[in-house]
Amino acid sequence: MTINYLGSISANDLPASFTKFFVEPVSVGFPSPANDYLESPIDLNKYLIKNGAATFLVRVSGDSMLNANIADRAILIVDRSLKPKHGSIVVASLDGDFVCKRLQLKPRLCLMPENTKYEPIYVQHGQDLDIMGTVTAAINKFE
Amino acid sequence: MKLLALVDCDNFYASCERVFRPDLKRKPIVVLSNNDGCVIARSKEAKAMGIKMGIPWFQVKTAYLAQGGKVFSSNFALYGDLSKRVMNILDGMVKKIEVYSIDEAFLDLRHIQQPNQAHEFGIYCRNTIHQWVGIPVRIGIAPTKTLTKVASHVAKNKSNGTGVYCLSNKEQITHILKTLPIEEVWGIGRRLSQQLNQLGTYSAYDLMQMDIRFIRKKFSVVLERTVRELRGESCIQIEDNVDPKKQIVVSRSFRGKIENLNLLKPLISNFAVRAGEKLRHEKQKCSQVSVFISTSRFNKKLQHRGYHSFQFPCPIDDTRSILMGANRSLNTIFRSGYPYAKAGILLSHFSNPTCIQRSLFEATDQESFKQDTNLMRVIDGLNSYQTQIYYASQYPAGSSPIQKKMVSPKYTTNWWDLPTTK
Repeated sequence: MTINYLGSISANDLPASFTKFFVEPVSVGFPSPANDYLESPIDLNKYLIKNGAATFLVRVSGDSMLNANIADRAILIVDRSLKPKHGSIVVASLDGDFVCKRLQLKPRLCLMPENTKYEPIYVQHGQDLDIMGTVTAAINKFE
Repeated sequence: MKLLALVDCDNFYASCERVFRPDLKRKPIVVLSNNDGCVIARSKEAKAMGIKMGIPWFQVKTAYLAQGGKVFSSNFALYGDLSKRVMNILDGMVKKIEVYSIDEAFLDLRHIQQPNQAHEFGIYCRNTIHQWVGIPVRIGIAPTKTLTKVASHVAKNKSNGTGVYCLSNKEQITHILKTLPIEEVWGIGRRLSQQLNQLGTYSAYDLMQMDIRFIRKKFSVVLERTVRELRGESCIQIEDNVDPKKQIVVSRSFRGKIENLNLLKPLISNFAVRAGEKLRHEKQKCSQVSVFISTSRFNKKLQHRGYHSFQFPCPIDDTRSILMGANRSLNTIFRSGYPYAKAGILLSHFSNPTCIQRSLFEATDQESFKQDTNLMRVIDGLNSYQTQIYYASQYPAGSSPIQKKMVSPKYTTNWWDLPTTK
């Protein structure tokens, strides 16, 4: 290999984009004392959702669950992986419609509303009931 | 014994449409292709009505609807989200998973030794996915990928079965392969099965018995691998890290034919914007933008196909650059008077954005480069929620000529589309 010496270059000979690279100011102030204590901001997803793959959001329409702090238009966090128990608030499909009620297994299977204006729904033979999942939280927005 | 599993969602798109529509339980469901052209998915009930895969919708529409069938335009936002959930669940259950398509995944079951344990695991998997997401799956378990496909096929055709089939011992494999026509084997197309039929090979068992050296000589290494896999020798490994994409295509066919450049341009712009979003999502940059347009292949009188590529001196990921390249290409290939029925855009020549080869003669201003990147990030952020920012050359919301009349709500990806209680 042969090398030909072409002469030296000064900063003035460099193309604009090159020089820019070198003349960028570097800040050398005192480092933030909080740097070692940085934490990620609070994440509502982490608080509300335990099992993302099995969690769905459902919008409430109506006030039948008002006494359980679920207002009309609230958003429900529904976890399909949790087995519903007696007393769980659930989203169920009853004859093809989604409903949100408190599940009662004894003395007889019933979907209980949480508002005296509404009657309990006793599930009859021949009715089609599927529990979609357990409601783990409800979000009511005020503004 | 080393075992693999293939998890395959049953009638995936049709099953997705049912998750938030309990009223459609046991009702026939079909899903149509983009632009509502053909049937691309059928529920079990729709199959029983004799609706064939891929059949043009207009041919079956009247009879199907008269019998109470339900129809949907494709809703890929929903299918994509539910697919991701299924794959996440599987990923948590095994060490290695290969997501093979939107509704299929191969699992490595090396943590399980006994076939009966593998069968139990399959049932656990199936129940979990059904409970957590609401999607029915079937599972084929076997020592090789090709045999898991066979096992999945058996699981599908066994009515009243558990949806899980484990194909592990020699006699059982022989027995099943004897009844399996050769064209049902994974990777064997119609052409190849005809060639093999001429040699007197009809069943998968016949194929398995063929001489390996003869296969390699007369056919290919690919077929040799298939034969070895049928014999239980694992040749095709589980690929858990898939290569990054080499190109991005956005294309559609439209029913109302387009003859006017002023109508076609905004459509191409819509494709360009979508392609740009995909490109940045993949964290890639491209240096070539191509546009293709074509008339319907059924229109024998007026036929035209156009294709043109625009090259950039250095890789880009800015939608405005893509739009510019796309528009120039379209202007080059468009001919007036032709009824165009299909169009699309293709981004290619990718390079990793962290190590960009800049052009020697290009004036590169770091500051404006940073601003462009930030602008794209902001627009992507705003539009991910719901499209709010449109480029001037696009069709605004809802006015695109692509037909999707019967699309279901985006139940899991849009705040305004959440399922609602009564």
